[in-house]
Amino acid sequence: MSILGNTKAKVETAAPAERGMTMPAPHAKTRAPGIPFILKKALLSALVALVLFSLMVGIRTEAGPTGQLIYWTRFGELASLVAAVFGGSIVIELLRQWLGPTGVADLVPTSVQNAFALAGRLVAPALLVFTLLVPVIFYNQRYILDLGILVLTYVMLGWGLNVVVGLAGLLDLGYVAFYAVGAYSYALLATNFGLSFWVCLPLAGFLASLWGVMLGFPVLRLRGDYLAIVTLAFGEIIRLVITNWQSLTGGPNGVSGIPRPTLFGIPLTAGDDGLAARLGIEYDPTQRIVFLFYVILALALLTNWVTIRLRRLPIGRAWEALREDEVACRALGINTTTTKLTAFATGALFGGFAGAFFATRQGFISPESFTFQESALVLAIVVLGGMGSQLGVALAALTMIGGFELFRGLEQYRMLVFGIAMVLLMIWRPRGLIGHRSPTVYLKRAQAISSDLVKEGHG
Amino acid sequence: MDYFAQQLVNGLVLGSIYGLIAIGYTMVYGIVGMINFAHGDIFMIGGFMALISFLVLVSFGLTAVPIVLLIVLLVSMAITALYGWTVERIAYRPLRHSFRLAPMLSAIGMSFVLSNYAQVAQGARVKPIPPIITGGYTLHEGASGFVVQLSNIQIVVVVTTVALLLIFTWLVARTRLGRDMRACEQDQTMAALLGVDVDRTISMTFVIGAALAAVAGMMYLLYYGLVDFYMGFVAGIKAFTAAVLGGIGSLPGAMLGGLAIGLIETLWSAYFSVEYKDVAAFSILIVVLIFLPTGLLGRPEVEKV
Repeated sequence: MSILGNTKAKVETAAPAERGMTMPAPHAKTRAPGIPFILKKALLSALVALVLFSLMVGIRTEAGPTGQLIYWTRFGELASLVAAVFGGSIVIELLRQWLGPTGVADLVPTSVQNAFALAGRLVAPALLVFTLLVPVIFYNQRYILDLGILVLTYVMLGWGLNVVVGLAGLLDLGYVAFYAVGAYSYALLATNFGLSFWVCLPLAGFLASLWGVMLGFPVLRLRGDYLAIVTLAFGEIIRLVITNWQSLTGGPNGVSGIPRPTLFGIPLTAGDDGLAARLGIEYDPTQRIVFLFYVILALALLTNWVTIRLRRLPIGRAWEALREDEVACRALGINTTTTKLTAFATGALFGGFAGAFFATRQGFISPESFTFQESALVLAIVVLGGMGSQLGVALAALTMIGGFELFRGLEQYRMLVFGIAMVLLMIWRPRGLIGHRSPTVYLKRAQAISSDLVKEGHG
Repeated sequence: MDYFAQQLVNGLVLGSIYGLIAIGYTMVYGIVGMINFAHGDIFMIGGFMALISFLVLVSFGLTAVPIVLLIVLLVSMAITALYGWTVERIAYRPLRHSFRLAPMLSAIGMSFVLSNYAQVAQGARVKPIPPIITGGYTLHEGASGFVVQLSNIQIVVVVTTVALLLIFTWLVARTRLGRDMRACEQDQTMAALLGVDVDRTISMTFVIGAALAAVAGMMYLLYYGLVDFYMGFVAGIKAFTAAVLGGIGSLPGAMLGGLAIGLIETLWSAYFSVEYKDVAAFSILIVVLIFLPTGLLGRPEVEKV
């Protein structure tokens, strides 16, 4: 019974996919199941939604004036949600019939995707020039400059994590730990010993990569999901220790009064020894923002440059080999221990840099900035960017942070939408928006391969 | 000694709750081979379901505690099970043959969806309820005046857990569904060829896991007297630790691991520091995975090329 059912289903899904390439519309219509089917499906979905939302949405609880919980009903919201699910289900079913069972992903034909890949070569320099000019164009718009700094910070974090996840294929859910180590390293060194930003920056990176190695050692034997959960636990441990080690880190109150960065000793303040006074121009607070913008841009570009260079070295090749197949990697005589450790250390190094920058930009840090959500956000950026594509990560960071900004007014819906987006992304484009991998080594010509074709080992 | 005995009792109760959640992790991992990251949040949803249905029932004038609790248990199990089913249907089933990181990332997304959905729907504040099951027994009165107590709620938690565990063991060992589940765990393709409806079996696994998590959520609510939208994350990781410690894929292992984690956490809080109890639990996860990756009762994983 079920055997027949399964094969039938497979034949049904396979055939339209082939036909869909050549002539999608007429065929799709002839085999479309009727309206009763769609209605039945929508009704079922609505029913499920009704049960799911019945208590959670239909009834709202809150502590009353006496401290006792009271509740009131919200049947209006419940009804509209269920109606939305009913309507949405019909729309999705209709779309599915028009587009064929393979879904929205195939809307973009391969030729167009290849064209995109080609255009990608032009996009990167154009984007870089634009980024360099942002402070010039938007000099008077503080908001855009701040947003630009935020985006660049995430671009840098994304590029850093990309080394671990995208290149070496090690799923790291605790990347925020290194970000935190970097931030606290700078904050504590600067506030306690008065060290300047430019001295602390390498120190912060060094300490973070030390932690990267410390995390790397125990998890060498782990793979896939286990590795992910251990890195997650590691990230949480770091955050919990920061929260509870009050005497060192100030606990939940955080560290405040972190010094601003200087231009190699020259502060960007209104004072007589400030940069503005020395150059003989009028002081403007925006100057500091612009300076920060270029600092993070330089740091991000450094990350990018180092990553690109490393990819051409044996170690970078080893990372990619590790990602594709660990067993084969070992059989070829690659030392997986050093390969994994260097990946963790390099990723952590950039995370530490970004953390130090974050501390100096904010002037105040607390454990709240280093939650698991942050790790997930950076990971989502890397995945959305196509895991391994530098340009993809940059564009993904722009999309992600830009999207977050759009939801600024709806603060409480932000993470909800983020979660939904992550699930939908995995369903429709599990390989990210720019899902192609160009080999770093090739015989005659570099040929971009769609990453849908790449099968991964259990590295 | 008395103090230790009291902590032992407390630890076992906490461990029962972790064990119930851990079963959901271990079953799903055994069959689908993925960490159902959203499972902790399913537990949280279960707690909320229990809370809300309890409030509604009480406002309707039902006062007989056993009847109320039974209805609350059934309602929260049913609705939470539907949540489990829906999560699998929406977020995991389309990804079953996707690349290996996809289900994990989708599960993380689902975890955010569930916890923030609870926050949006019910507010961010902690929801307290007055104690429902009160009273208890004095087990032993020490010379120093320290009293070892076993409260009724603790008895309820442990008894419910044991009862559910027995039902569940019977389900897996004796019923058709249990046989299908074990078959899918060994080889999905072969099971499908032999007439097992793999999709349905996987769905049922999620449903059962969610129902058990709902019970855990309700027990948590009764025991601690509060729920909040964020409680699923930490509880989820600890329950996962329990599943790994017991040997992932092994049902008695999950319960054993749960008890061990509950005991360690309670004893750590009692003798070292409350602040670092989560650090202790997470460190155990790391240590276990490094030195005992197959867990206490797990089978060693064979590396296939």
